[in-house]
This record gives sequence, structure tokens and C-alpha cells, in this order.
Amino acid sequence: MTNYIGKAVKRVEDKRFLTGKGRYTDDIVLPGMLYAYIVRSPYAHAKINNLDTSRAEKMDGVVKIYTGKDIAESGINGIPTGWQVNFKNGDTMKEPPHPLLVADKARYMGDGVAVVIAESKEEARDAADEIDVDWEELPAVANAKKATEAGAPLVHDEAPDNICFDWELGNPKEEVDKAMGQAHHVTTLEFTNQRVIPNAMETRSAIGQYEEATGKYTLYTTSQNPHLTRLLLCAFVLGIPEHRVRVVAPDVGGGFGSKIFHYAEEALMIWCSERLKRPVKWTSDRSEAFMTDAHGRDHISKAEMGFDKEGNVLALRVKTHANLGAYLSTFAPCVPTWLHGTLMQGLYVTPKINVDVTGVFTNTVMVDAYRGAGRPEATYLLERLMDTAALEMDMDPAELRFKNFIPPFDGVEQPGYQTQVALQYDSGDYHAVLKRALEMVGYEKFRKEQAEARKEGKLLGIGFSTYIEACGIAPSAVVGALGARAGLYEVGQVRVQPTGKVSVFTGAHSHGQGHETTFAQVVADRLGIPLDDVEIIHGDSDSVAFGMGTYGSRSLAVGGSAIVKSLDKIIEKGAKIAAHKLEASEEDLEFAEGKWTVKGTDKSVGFGDVALTAYVPHDYPEGVEPGLDFSSFYDPANFTYPYGAHVAIVEVDKDTGQTKLKRFIAVDDVGNVINPMIVDGQIHGGLAQGIGQALFEGAMYDEDAQLINGSYMDYTMPRADDLPSFEIDRTVTPCPHNPLGVKGAGEAGCIGSTPAVVNAVMDALKPFGIKKDLEMPLTPERVWRHMQS
Amino acid sequence: MPTKITMTVNGQSVTKEVDARTLLVQFLRDTLQLTGTHVGCDTSNCGACTILVDGNAVKSCTMLAVQADGSEVTTIEGLSQNGEMHPLQEGFREEHGLQCGFCTPGMIMSAVDLLERNPNPSEQEIREGLEGNFCRCTGYHNIVRSIQYAAKKINEPKKAVAS
Repeated sequence: MTNYIGKAVKRVEDKRFLTGKGRYTDDIVLPGMLYAYIVRSPYAHAKINNLDTSRAEKMDGVVKIYTGKDIAESGINGIPTGWQVNFKNGDTMKEPPHPLLVADKARYMGDGVAVVIAESKEEARDAADEIDVDWEELPAVANAKKATEAGAPLVHDEAPDNICFDWELGNPKEEVDKAMGQAHHVTTLEFTNQRVIPNAMETRSAIGQYEEATGKYTLYTTSQNPHLTRLLLCAFVLGIPEHRVRVVAPDVGGGFGSKIFHYAEEALMIWCSERLKRPVKWTSDRSEAFMTDAHGRDHISKAEMGFDKEGNVLALRVKTHANLGAYLSTFAPCVPTWLHGTLMQGLYVTPKINVDVTGVFTNTVMVDAYRGAGRPEATYLLERLMDTAALEMDMDPAELRFKNFIPPFDGVEQPGYQTQVALQYDSGDYHAVLKRALEMVGYEKFRKEQAEARKEGKLLGIGFSTYIEACGIAPSAVVGALGARAGLYEVGQVRVQPTGKVSVFTGAHSHGQGHETTFAQVVADRLGIPLDDVEIIHGDSDSVAFGMGTYGSRSLAVGGSAIVKSLDKIIEKGAKIAAHKLEASEEDLEFAEGKWTVKGTDKSVGFGDVALTAYVPHDYPEGVEPGLDFSSFYDPANFTYPYGAHVAIVEVDKDTGQTKLKRFIAVDDVGNVINPMIVDGQIHGGLAQGIGQALFEGAMYDEDAQLINGSYMDYTMPRADDLPSFEIDRTVTPCPHNPLGVKGAGEAGCIGSTPAVVNAVMDALKPFGIKKDLEMPLTPERVWRHMQS
Repeated sequence: MPTKITMTVNGQSVTKEVDARTLLVQFLRDTLQLTGTHVGCDTSNCGACTILVDGNAVKSCTMLAVQADGSEVTTIEGLSQNGEMHPLQEGFREEHGLQCGFCTPGMIMSAVDLLERNPNPSEQEIREGLEGNFCRCTGYHNIVRSIQYAAKKINEPKKAVAS
């Protein structure tokens, strides 16, 4: 009945989703509920000369209209950011206010200016159409590099040149310049890692409910971390008492980072509900989601890698302009800095590294973490450099990587690997993943096929990417020193009920990851009880003591470890009760298969018996408290470092420029695996998103900073027939510093896959000679033009 | 102006008054509280709202409720028979064809229609058949496996009878 760990246990959450009984935020209807519609700026940058709601107020069903002026007059704060990055000279980053609704000026297309609250969604929307705003359009800027140039429109008066911060990491610039100067060959790439839109299938939604009789507030929201939302809502935005605020993130239809952040609409719904004494719901349209969900990536980089004659990397120099959007979202400053610069070592022994990042405000929606968050941008840069260098130096791209890989280390016998960019890797055998990937590809055979295909005029290409990521975010003291305004531990409570059934409360949040299954496997295994006897509870701040939520592939590494700590306490206390019942000493007992046995005898007492005794303590050990219920906080000792090797094989149509992804091979090492089925699923999904960025996706802003592809008619999401079946495998190098030995699997696929695909297309185009780099997404038009150039 | 409509939804007859502009998906979700059918976009691209109308897969955001007057509608809530999961529901569970679950009802209803029209689809036919449905979680890999599982399961008894 035990041994669940490592098994492909079918998901316990599936039944409700498969029968239409999932409960997402927009499914919730409360008595007396009102509906909100937000009036948004159609311009990227515009002054509000006048806003007239008089006609709208008289419309059927309208209860109230609030404007940015009402918000300003109420004296509440704006949306804060959770991370501080300082300028190189030590000055604090620029942190302009981010009001829930703007009163004077809109700074991006989609900035909210008023909210209409009505008896129905339709009435709210109809009334919104009748609000007259006298806009004075201002020049706008969407491009991060252009925004820093002289004469560029200013997004915030308090941020000269639109610069939020400048920042660097690694070896001193002079040392890196010197090493670069000694290089036999320098590969240089300049490119944009384009802006992508997360597009969780469930759009954001929030319900604010204020109960006058009790003074209690409830927020139902599409959040990856309800407790953090509660903290920001109470302590920073509305100044309402945290102990009277309940935040519920029920079933959430995907996040991919975009639902980590505390958004204005969440606070706004609570604020409106408090005034109107009725629940108020807002649900985003997809068009609104395109405009207002935090986007990802959007870096403009120049990257240079210097090599000696044999192909050993000598130095890496990176300059990045990172677009932060119009305001600072929750983790925005951290993504292009501490989640990006710190990954510049990659899997290579590069001795000298300097990375320099300028964070820039523009007239675009906020940019923040999107699956991978900073690490895909770092990986893209390194891995494009590697394949390009191999091409330029006429070396094999796999060989070039093997030559430069960090040697294997387990983090136990051999110490962790200290990088030039602040991190210490935990454990890894980087050769092994690439070796396995090459076997799966049939590399030598493929190169022969490719040569034959080229003779026939077919454009077949292979591309590599070997990546590492820093996950399991994160040791609180470390991130605190780096500017985080929160700790990043996790909470796990295990409550054994009197009948021996177990309720587990976790601060992690599942929005597709299957925690209700994976976490239950860990608990059932450790306690030796059936899986069905375990219930995982998450997403409700009234049930779960505290939590930091799910992002950065942290749930199992950090949240799972917190649960394990509580399980250890349960077993330790259980042993005292068992010893009393067995009239034996605690030291003589062993716990296995759900029972405590006196070593070397058949005398034992079961878990259920002990649980019941803990709650009915008639005959009970002296000095032991009744009950069997423990809560633990787990603060990790280090990040975890999953890594892997991804290989793409593509064929490019010579006549149309269309890229067909023929095969995709991924070998990932995510440490120990609790549920291989779920881990495989996480890899698949990540791959699709990474491939999506390479071939299909990209937010497009025109010169007026208008988002011109903000719908599914215009923004290309990967469809089923755009993708092949994936060929995946893994190696297992346990994480040495957490009790489950797990590293995290949520982002791996998305981090490794993008450069592999682009490298494959560049390889396919090799017969056309080495030309300037191709910008993502690799649309048929771009590829075709490249072939003609 | 409200209009009176009658339709059969998951085997039960319902008669309601609706605004002429009410979309079928709003009628299902807001009036009948059948919230298993989801709304994922506003341009009829994502397929999360797919249901069966008279046996055919329809994006219920693309149809007015009044247009369904007199029709037979099946939503995800009506797919299980006598407490037993439909082979597609079972397939999605067995092959881990869902993660967040939001696209799943629409994906399954599209697949019901797909297997009705083509009981033995190839992988490519499945992928093409799902062109109208987005999934952001699974990369479609396991959705394809789930539909293959269901096709096999549906065809098995037929084969047994034939032999």
C-alpha cells in the first residue's frame, strides 16, 4: 500500500476537472453580487483633460462609477513592488507610484481610468461605453533602448532617461575586457529576446467581498500565491487589518508567472466592495488580458564570448536593456538582474564574466516573470553564442560544449561549483545529459542524413541547447541581501485527524502542477498510509497558516520540504505515544509501513492507533501534549539547479521559409522525481512555450506603443499541429540540500527549448552562408527574407 | 427584449427567458450554472467553450442562446453516463491529458466530435482535429495520447462483437 514515491500515480484532482466541477474564480457567484467593468486607456501615453461619467451614471443597472480621482482622494497607496535593485552607485532604483486607477495620465494602453459597477456584466459594459474621456495624446515609447535615448518621451517625471536602475554582476569590467582582448576568436550577437504574453487559458478574475457585520474582507482571486497577495493588499495598498482578510485562490487555470503578481484589480474589488457593502466581481476579457497581464522577456542585448584557439571560453560580456513596462510589477526588478545575470555561467567554466543590465520604463504593460523568468533570457544568450561560435570556428557545437562543461560534482563528496556570478551550483553531471541527448538523436546518423538532404536541396538543421537554472526560490537571507522585500521560505502543516486520516496544509499553490497528488504521495509514503487517507489543502489563507506560493519551480523543493519537516515531527511524537502503548523505550522502536515496531520482535502499534490515542489521551505518556498536528517553516539552504540538454531538428521550406519542427529531444535532470507522469507533463508544457517563443509568439507594439496583436486572431499561440510528439528522458542527480533531493521541473522545458529551435533553423540555413542573426519569432516571412538577403 | 427559449440540456428540458444578445455560453454558465463550460477568449479561437449542439461540436461563445432554441445540448457535465466516465474523460486521466483543467472540458467535447467523425484517427489527424482548441499547459503531447486511449477503448468492444 505504500511506496508511492517514484510512481506515476494518476492525479487525484482530475475527476473534478473532467466532469466540469472545477471551481474557478469566475464560476463563483455570491448573493447580491455586482459586476465591474474597467474603462481603460486606448492610448499608450495620454493626459486626461476631463472625464465625464454623467451619462453613464444614468444607465440601467449602474450602481456606482469610481474614477482615478476617487482613488487619489481616498488616500490609499498604489501597487508596490517586492524587490529593490540599486543603481551601481548605490542609489535606490526609481519607484514611481502605481495607482489602482490613474487620475491624470495614462502610461500604457490598458491603464485603468474608471470602474463601472452594475447589477450585471452587460450593464456595466454598456455604461462604460457612455463615459467620455477627453484625452490628450502624448508621444510614447515602447522600445527599451530607444526609451533611454535623448529626447525620448518620459514615462515618469521622476525617472530621468526612463532608467529605473543600472546594475552589474560578475568580474570587474576591466578584467573581462582584458580577457576578451586576448581571445583568438570573439563571437558577437546583438538581438532582442522578444516580449511574449503568458496567456494562461483562464483570464484573471477577482471578487471582493466585504461583510459589514463582521468587518471581514474576502478576496477570491486567480493567484499563484494568495498569502503574498494578502500581505501586499493589507500592509501596502489598502491598510486593512490582515487578520480580517481572507484571500482564496480556488482552482486556477494556469499561471506561468503571470498570476504571481498583486494586480490593481484585486485591491480595487476589495475597495469597491467595502464602499458598496456588496460583493463585486471583475473578470478579464481575453483582449483585456493581452493588454493588462504582465508580459515576459523583452530584453535587447549585446553579448560577446571570447575563445582561445582550441575553443575554450575565455570571457563573456553582456549588456542588456530590460523593458520593465510602465510601472514596476511585483518581481519586475529581480527578473532581468538576479534571475538573469546570475545564470551567465551556464554550464561552462568561463573564467571571466561581466553582465550589465539597465532596467527601463516604457509605455507598455508591466513586464515581470514568465515561465523561466530571466533564466530563459540568459540561456538564450549563452546557447545562441555557443552554436554561433561553433559555426564561426567550424567546430561541432556538441564538441564545443563538452570541451567547456564544468566537470561533474555531487555536492556531497565534491563541493558545489562556485560561479563568477554569485551562485553556487548544488550538484550536476552536465556531460551526461548531452551525451544521452546525442544518443537519442542518433547524432552521427543525423549528420549523414543532413548532408544527403543538402545535396537534394533540402534544408535540414539541428540545434543544441544545454542549460542550467536556479530554482527552489529561495534562501530568505540571500534574497533579502539581494533586494527581496519578502522571505521566500514555505509553510507546511500536517494535521493527523483522530481516525488517522491526514490533512496537509501547504502554502504552495497548484494551478495545474498536481500538488494534490505529488504532495500526497510524499505524505502517504512517509507515514505508510494509503494515498486516499491524505488530503492536500491549499489556496485559502483562512485554512493555510501562511505561504509564499508557487513560482520559480519551488513547490516541491521548498513547500514539499516544509511538509517533510512536519512529517518528521509527527513521527517523532508518534514514537513517544507508541513507546508508551508498547511499554518499550522510544529508542527500541522503528517506524516503517505505517507502524511502530519494537526492533527484533513482532510487537507493534499502527499509525491509526497512535493517532486515536493522541486525541483520546486516557492512557498517555507523561509530559506529552495531546494531539498530532505540526506546522513547519522551511527556508532552503541554497537554490536548486536543474539542468539539461535539448536538441531540435527542423526542416525549413526553401520556397516559403516555413519551419517544420520535426523532432524535439529533451534530457533534463530535475533531481529526484516523485511522480514521473507529472514531471513529464511539466516538461512537455514548458517545451511548447519555449518553442512557441522561438517560432510563433511575440507581442508587437507599433511606433505609438499600441499593442497591435492583442488577440488570438493576431498573436500566434502554438496549436496541436504545430508541435511534434516530444522525445524526453532524464538523468537523476539528487539535490544534496533538501530532504527529498528534488530540484524542480516547472520551468526547465521553457528554458532550454527556445535557443535549440533557433539554433536548428540557423543550422538549416547554413548553406546560405553565415549571415546576420535572425530575430524571434522565426516566422516564415523572416526566414524567407533571410534566405533572400 | 427577453425571448422565451426551450432546449434540452444534458437530457433535461429547460425553458427560460433570455436577452436576445445572450450568448449560449453565458446562458449555460450564468443562467443554468453549468460552469464546466469555460470562456477563454472573445474571438472564438480558444475552444474552451466547446459543447455539443445536436451532436456537433460548437463553440458556445459563437452562438446566441436563442439560436439553440429547440436544440439538444450536451456539456461536460452531461458526458458521464450512469456515473461512469466517458472513455475520453478516462483517457485524459490515464494519460495525464490535463493540468490546470481550464481547456479540458472544451478539449474533450471537441474530441467527442472528432472521434464520432473519425473513430480511428492518426496522430496527425488528432492534431489537426484539435486546431480549434488551445491548451497552454500540456504542449498537447498527452492530449494526443488521451484521445488515442479513448479511441482504442471505444473501438475495442466493437471489434470484440465483430470477431
